[in-house]
Amino acid sequence: MRDSIKGTTRRELLGAIAGAGIASVIRIEPSRATPTSMKAAIRNVVGEAAVKKGKVHIDVPPLVENGNTVSLTIEVDSPMTPKDHVKAIHVFNELNPQPNVISAHIGPHAGRAKISTRFRLADTQTIVAIAEMSDGSFWSASADVVVTLAACLETL
Amino acid sequence: MARALINVPKAAKRGQVIEIKTLISHIMETGFRHDDVGQPIPRDIITDFVCTYNGEQIFRADLYPAVAANPFITFFTVATESGTIAFEWNGDNGFHETESVQIMVE
Repeated sequence: MRDSIKGTTRRELLGAIAGAGIASVIRIEPSRATPTSMKAAIRNVVGEAAVKKGKVHIDVPPLVENGNTVSLTIEVDSPMTPKDHVKAIHVFNELNPQPNVISAHIGPHAGRAKISTRFRLADTQTIVAIAEMSDGSFWSASADVVVTLAACLETL
Repeated sequence: MARALINVPKAAKRGQVIEIKTLISHIMETGFRHDDVGQPIPRDIITDFVCTYNGEQIFRADLYPAVAANPFITFFTVATESGTIAFEWNGDNGFHETESVQIMVE
């Protein structure tokens, strides 16, 4: 005998419940930064200047289990003298709700152009770090990070 | 009252590059999350951090919601003279916290 409620089989009912579950997961996803909004955020910082590849080194784990706390170190090749130093280090991401991560302003008194912090990653994505030099040039590097448990999406 | 942890060498040689490590307890609520009834949780983050060495600014950072809870920031400076290294954090909802340490430079 078929296990039915008003002509609906148990299998169909379970399928419908599972489908509703997937639909609600999609609905709670917040708006994301996209590679386009990251480019806009970078333009905001660098203006019309060209951004060259190099000089910047990103140290971030390539595979992250928990996107809520990811250690990040940025180092820039620079003698850090009053004439030639790093003025600022900016970090951007592609797929978090906002493209900015941190902007650190340093100077010749830093001695060494290196900063570390911990940040959040909402998804597997590319991180971009940009160094602003005292001569007005910009240098960048990027790193890909694979995230298995994303930050930002869970409810309390 | 937020709790801040600062790690700076107590003594350094003049001209030596020293590392400064800072950690402050703060939830860094992104403003992009919802509670269990679907209401958005308002943003509550630290937005800027400043470090001064004998009154002169040596480091400043703008923080965004992508910075993890309990912001940890490290950076470097040249030990120039004995004195005070002061730290200041400011954020949403009038968050303000200061901390300072002494350094001996020979």
